[in-house]
Amino acid sequence: MATASREKIFVKGNEAVAMAALEAGCRCYFGYPITPQSDIPEYLSRELPRQGGEFIQAESEIGAINMLLGASATGVRAMTSSSGPGISLKQEGISYMAGSELPGVIVDIMRAGPGLGGIDASQADYWQATRGGGHGGYRIIVLAPASVQEMYDLTMLAFDLSDIYRMPAMVLADSVIGQMKESVIPNPRPVTVLPPKEWVVRGREAGKPQNVVKSLYLGDGEMEKFHWKMQARYQELADKECRWEEVQTADAELIITAFGSTARIARTAVDMARDAGMKVGLMRPITLFPFPKKAYAALSGRCKLFLDIELSTGQMIDDVRLAIARDAEVLFYGRPPGAGSLPTPEELFEQIKKNYPTCS
Amino acid sequence: MKQVFTRPESLKDVSTHFCPGCNHGSVHRLVAEALDEFGIRSETIGIASVGCSVFLYGYFDVDVIEAPHGRAPAVATGAKRARPDRIVFTYQGDGDLAAIGMSEIIHAANRGEDITVIFVNNTTYGMTGGQMAPTTLPGQKTSTSPYGRDTSKDGSPFKMAELLANLDGVAFSARVALNNPKNVLNAKKLIKTAFRYQVEKKGFSFIEALASCPTNWGMNPLAANERVTDEMIPYFPLGVYKNSANL
Repeated sequence: MATASREKIFVKGNEAVAMAALEAGCRCYFGYPITPQSDIPEYLSRELPRQGGEFIQAESEIGAINMLLGASATGVRAMTSSSGPGISLKQEGISYMAGSELPGVIVDIMRAGPGLGGIDASQADYWQATRGGGHGGYRIIVLAPASVQEMYDLTMLAFDLSDIYRMPAMVLADSVIGQMKESVIPNPRPVTVLPPKEWVVRGREAGKPQNVVKSLYLGDGEMEKFHWKMQARYQELADKECRWEEVQTADAELIITAFGSTARIARTAVDMARDAGMKVGLMRPITLFPFPKKAYAALSGRCKLFLDIELSTGQMIDDVRLAIARDAEVLFYGRPPGAGSLPTPEELFEQIKKNYPTCS
Repeated sequence: MKQVFTRPESLKDVSTHFCPGCNHGSVHRLVAEALDEFGIRSETIGIASVGCSVFLYGYFDVDVIEAPHGRAPAVATGAKRARPDRIVFTYQGDGDLAAIGMSEIIHAANRGEDITVIFVNNTTYGMTGGQMAPTTLPGQKTSTSPYGRDTSKDGSPFKMAELLANLDGVAFSARVALNNPKNVLNAKKLIKTAFRYQVEKKGFSFIEALASCPTNWGMNPLAANERVTDEMIPYFPLGVYKNSANL
């Protein structure tokens, strides 16, 4: 197994996801071909059976997410992956999994949309990912890698968080992070204390209660009780699991904020600004849900100007606005996704120069 | 006094929500008897679907996963692949299986998943109030075919037992009815055979059970039963359409 050596390897982001899933003990993968994520099912169709796991190329994205639901209900670690059009089809199943308190990992390698859109990178599925995406009002854990190493590490984290909090977890990347190759240290699976899966459906053994995995609540007050329970769980996530990266924010007069591939480009632009003597920092949320609100609030206590950069017409900016202090301002620079719209570091540096506070 | 008839162990001692004259209760019982007779209750996972069948977990004393509408065969696939040592069955109605879930059933059957599918065909959407189903008979009036099913616009009813028998992945396919004691006894035998396929790991098994829905047909239970005899069975012939291992 490639991950056994722990020596640095040079792989695509999508391959890193697949390798991390194996390292995390994923036993079942269900998927459907769609660019730019097909390296994930290709890799797992080869490696998962060798390790005693199950790989199914499903008849549809709907089939795949429901196979994930069924496998996860029996207690095994399982995953699916797709891109925008396929993720839209999976939303029904994701809603049922959320309603049934089922873990499961979903990887979304975002491409341009709406509709068939294009295969170029996009961050325009931020809302779909962080607002639940399906019907009924729920959230899922959303992790946003900005490097191939993070594709690896955050995929393993997604399995752990999903099991601990009994909710689906999504790795939200795009075709830049999925398709590029970088050096990766294939870290061993983290040692995490996981709660016992007493709820799993595996056959009602003598003396044990019947286990039912369901999302139907018809009794008076049952549905409301479920929602309040989940709200408490989301709060616990927010209290314990927010992750973010700050770069040179301590003295910053302008803080760039971006996630995933855009944050990678922005980081170069921040370096260019520092070289030019401008006090510019970067705030990169790693968990998009839970969104690191407190970290933003703390930053905005001192720095009053933010520049949100996205490969979309602006989605994460909603969360940034809600998180920062009232007297802080957030500007926006974004480009709708599509061929040719990925910004360059020079382009972002121009935006920094344009918006950098000249007098305070 | 010797007790000669009792509730199967695999069924809970509760009242069901099914309407008077509905055949779901009979199908539940026959499935439960099969689980009891094979002694597999403790290793069985039931997959409930959407419709009147959703309360499976309330009546069967087995572990149950509730599937989204039509997706039970995909959910069963995931469960069976993850736990191949378990007995996995789905229990689905006609709207669930033959309309919204047609893709899932066809592909699970074609892959030859080692599961058992119990398909209850009552020619209507029962839970939502009697709308036109993919198995609604030509000319049949429903709440969404008030002038009768027009096959030139609505297509003809799907004959699922025959359709699935054509797939190489299907090991066993049969259609049964519950309209008289003889047919009930035959249904019991064939439902047991369907589970035998899974117990012996011989592949995908499918049972289509013709059932009455007096409430949504606007009939009393006796008239509904006669409709099964006079209208449904002539259109949906009973029989074993595939029995690849001759079990």
